[in-house]
Amino acid sequence: MTSRLDPQPLEWLDRSETRSFEFEGQHYIGFAGDSISSALLASGQTLLGRSFKYHRPRGAVTLANHDVNALFQSSEEPNIRGDVTPLAAGMQLTACNVNGSLAKDRDQIIGKLSRFLPVGFYYKTFHKPKKFFPLWERLIREKAGLGRIDTGWSVRRKAKTYGFCDLLVIGAGASGMQAALSAAEQGLDVVLVDENPQIGGSLDYQLVNEASAAVVRARLKHDVQNHTNIRVLPGHLACGWYTDHYVPLLGPDGIIKMRARAVISATGVMEQPAVFRNNDLPGVMMASGAQRLVARYAVKPGQRAVVLTANSEGYRAALDMVKAGVDVSAVIDMGSLAERGVWADELNALKIPVLERHTVYEAQGKEQLKRVVVAPFDGDKCDSRDAREFDADLLLMSVGWAPAAQLLYQAGGRLAYDSTLEQLLPQELPNGIFACGRLNGAFTLEQRLADGERAGAEAAAFLKGEPLIPALAACRDTQAHSHPWPIVDHPKGKNFVDFDEDLQLKDLVNAAKEGFDNIELMKRFSTVGMGPSQGKHANMNGIRVLAAVTGRSIDQTGSTTARPMFHPVPVQALAGRRFRPERLTALHPWHLDNGAQMMEAGVWMRPEFYGRPEERAQAILREVQAVRTGLGLIDVSTLGKIEVMGPDAGKLLDGTYTMRMSNIKLGMTRYALMVDDSGVIVDDGIVGRIAEDRFYVTATTSHADATFRTLSRHIVEWGLDVRLVNRTGTLAAMNLAGPHARKLLKPLTDIDLSEDNFPYLGLQEGTLCGVPVRLIRVGFVGELGYEIHLPVDAALQVWNTLMEQGAEYGIRPFGVEAQRVLRLEKGHIIVGQDTDGLTNPFEANMPWAVPLKTKPWFTGKPSLALLKERCQRSLRGFMLPQGYSGELPKECHLLIDNGDIAGRITSIAYSPSLGRYIGLAMVDQPLASSERMFQVRVDSGALVPLEPCSTPFYDAEGVRQTVDLTEVA
Amino acid sequence: MKVFDCPVIGRRPISEFDYVGEVRKPPMDADEASWAAYVFNRQGAPGLLREWWYHRPTGRWYVMERDTLKDEVVRFIDLEEVRYDIPA
Repeated sequence: MTSRLDPQPLEWLDRSETRSFEFEGQHYIGFAGDSISSALLASGQTLLGRSFKYHRPRGAVTLANHDVNALFQSSEEPNIRGDVTPLAAGMQLTACNVNGSLAKDRDQIIGKLSRFLPVGFYYKTFHKPKKFFPLWERLIREKAGLGRIDTGWSVRRKAKTYGFCDLLVIGAGASGMQAALSAAEQGLDVVLVDENPQIGGSLDYQLVNEASAAVVRARLKHDVQNHTNIRVLPGHLACGWYTDHYVPLLGPDGIIKMRARAVISATGVMEQPAVFRNNDLPGVMMASGAQRLVARYAVKPGQRAVVLTANSEGYRAALDMVKAGVDVSAVIDMGSLAERGVWADELNALKIPVLERHTVYEAQGKEQLKRVVVAPFDGDKCDSRDAREFDADLLLMSVGWAPAAQLLYQAGGRLAYDSTLEQLLPQELPNGIFACGRLNGAFTLEQRLADGERAGAEAAAFLKGEPLIPALAACRDTQAHSHPWPIVDHPKGKNFVDFDEDLQLKDLVNAAKEGFDNIELMKRFSTVGMGPSQGKHANMNGIRVLAAVTGRSIDQTGSTTARPMFHPVPVQALAGRRFRPERLTALHPWHLDNGAQMMEAGVWMRPEFYGRPEERAQAILREVQAVRTGLGLIDVSTLGKIEVMGPDAGKLLDGTYTMRMSNIKLGMTRYALMVDDSGVIVDDGIVGRIAEDRFYVTATTSHADATFRTLSRHIVEWGLDVRLVNRTGTLAAMNLAGPHARKLLKPLTDIDLSEDNFPYLGLQEGTLCGVPVRLIRVGFVGELGYEIHLPVDAALQVWNTLMEQGAEYGIRPFGVEAQRVLRLEKGHIIVGQDTDGLTNPFEANMPWAVPLKTKPWFTGKPSLALLKERCQRSLRGFMLPQGYSGELPKECHLLIDNGDIAGRITSIAYSPSLGRYIGLAMVDQPLASSERMFQVRVDSGALVPLEPCSTPFYDAEGVRQTVDLTEVA
Repeated sequence: MKVFDCPVIGRRPISEFDYVGEVRKPPMDADEASWAAYVFNRQGAPGLLREWWYHRPTGRWYVMERDTLKDEVVRFIDLEEVRYDIPA
């Protein structure tokens, strides 16, 4: 660890624990508390990565989670941010985005070609000739992107937790800590969050050597950590702002979804680079980055330094470097010495030369900074004729700051450019959003503390509903800390504005000149600010360049809003745990024990069929045949089941369903079809009458909740005296179907099952196997059938009894697939499969369910009255030709008529009862009304003929479901 | 994510609600054009809008008057106010 300094007063290292790791096949050692980058830098490894486009050498710049050119790859994870990711023992890392090795990246050649690759080159070049596009795409994809993803990874998830507080203070620097204390003193429940593993902010790296700061630091840290009203959360990044102060905090254990009642953003400022030739060489870094290296990681950033500055922070950084043993050759001040006060005197005492009104014209070196070329600077242009050179392996940039205002923008805050501070500052903040500290233009320690105090007090007043006189600008500095134009042109370019995307000054100038002169357009065309750092270094200079080219002000040029989440969040944290509840019926364990293959049906799990997966077809056949010739039993507990009670119950159902329900006789049921305002079918089921003022309604599995919701809204809307009970979960249901259904039930129930007492569509209450039940005689699958509704806790007992007693009739359980076939044979539609979001009852061949003349009103009636004569398509039955053995059509295959699409298949299945493939198709007019053969285009592209036919396919007269065949026989 | 200060049930996150759209009354004796307008057109201009919100866990309906420009709930409407009669 050749560049490791002696222990620093506030360092994050635990020197008692060394950690060894590998990078690019080399062995390294660091300390616990190191980041990956700091450990490498401590060992003298300054080349950390290659740039995205030109594969130029890059190093550490900020050590503040913005070093997007120092991304690392492990076997498990791509794009690891070396500047902030804690070093772990045994890490095996390589550089991202290199072809070969980091040291000998074969793609460096692209940098030599850069002058042939102007901005927009890819857009303009690689779209023609059209037939080459797949080739271009493959080549570019190979070169684009950073880390490699191993798709063979096992799933890793991090649970999300929920947090609540009165006030969330984001940023635990001087102003944030003071704001938290000020609000906590007012009795608020405060959460103080900081993305760094330790609180303190810039107090701990910029003001390390200041005696006055030491007192403040000790007081603030002690007080926030010991205040009963403050919870301190270091190591958590507030990565977005969502409505009503919902802020995701990304921490090592995943995301905390923090719900606050107000938010103070004390997120500080991000140091901005100067733009000059080769400003991207390893060794060129932000002054604050070098200060972080020294103070946090005790790493000496270089041997000989030049400091480029436009503010007093640069002077302070130069002094810090001297203290760390760095030989500071010169301080290059873009402004004048007179503005720097005491700092200039201190440098003078150390005999460090200061060149005022100069700037860095060019950095030189191959893989590492060797020399700095400086020249006189008039605030706009550089005079390279009077250039001077300094040997240096370290160049610090301290030329300006951009507010970390992402959260303010997301919350709807407005920032405006302040020409005194030469910085964007909050101008107008929405309710419950406050800002303080350097983000708000308070730069001296006194200003920052006062501003934090003010913001905390304002937040407390806001939350208590007390009168509030906002004084956002009260504590701002009166001196600029940023240079308005830290940019110098160079004939040979390579003066980067955006390190993420390798954008040079001329790229932005050209983009603006090509007409992309709006900040949003320029961003998308040039990709400035679209890399992993999301413009944290590039946007401010990009705006300055665009403003200069277009002759507009910074405010007129505008700024882009970083959408939440503004910082990359690992997918495992976003995904959280798997929260996809499944509903299981009371008979679920029985199904599993009896070999059912389960499938999802909405939120429910249902048996698809019973048998081994490889015997699917035979199993379904067996089940269908059991129902047609013997007996079948299916679990239909997933049906929606709703009790509708009260004097207006009939009125509610009349208004909600197409057919009249108020005149259903006691003990009878009726098919129920629900359409929406536009006449589109949304649900079907049955309505049965239990008593004069009491109905029982069923709904389809997937629409049950929506049907309950619609009924409950109509009660409110129409002012009805009705109560609803949703019994979907408390009642089980099963359907017993087949010629022997009555014979099986008879000895088990006290209900008179005779045709006279309990006809088709009847509903009776009584007991079955001693259990209170409702029996409904339905034509569900086209056989004699009874739907049995009963309490869930009795379901298994009744099911078992029926299976045992039914054995002599060959009873079988059947699943959803057999049910589909059985229903299709009867021509029954499935809402949502045979109908879509536009299908009305006329198209579904159900004009009988639309009593336009006899009912004055139901939801959707006026639409259906208009649609009746205007149907443009119709559901038709079809069969595959007898003996057809070619490729089978599938659902959603298109019908083709005279070369045009003329409909689609909605259902198709093999009918064991008919021995042929049958199906339904939604067919356009006039084909639907003709008796011509249909043609369907199958997967291979071939056209397969379909014979149109009428439905039902099976037992068209419906004899089987109304009469007990064995009794007839 | 939004939070509603509901009468009866207090502060609840929007994820517990279904949004069911603008409060409207069907024009019972409308001609074809105005019926079509009722079915297919919605008030899209920013401003005050009365909306149906359904709280799933309790099965309770709310009608909120919301400023859609500021995304702020102005008040909760008494459900009596949105009632209408249907022809029986």
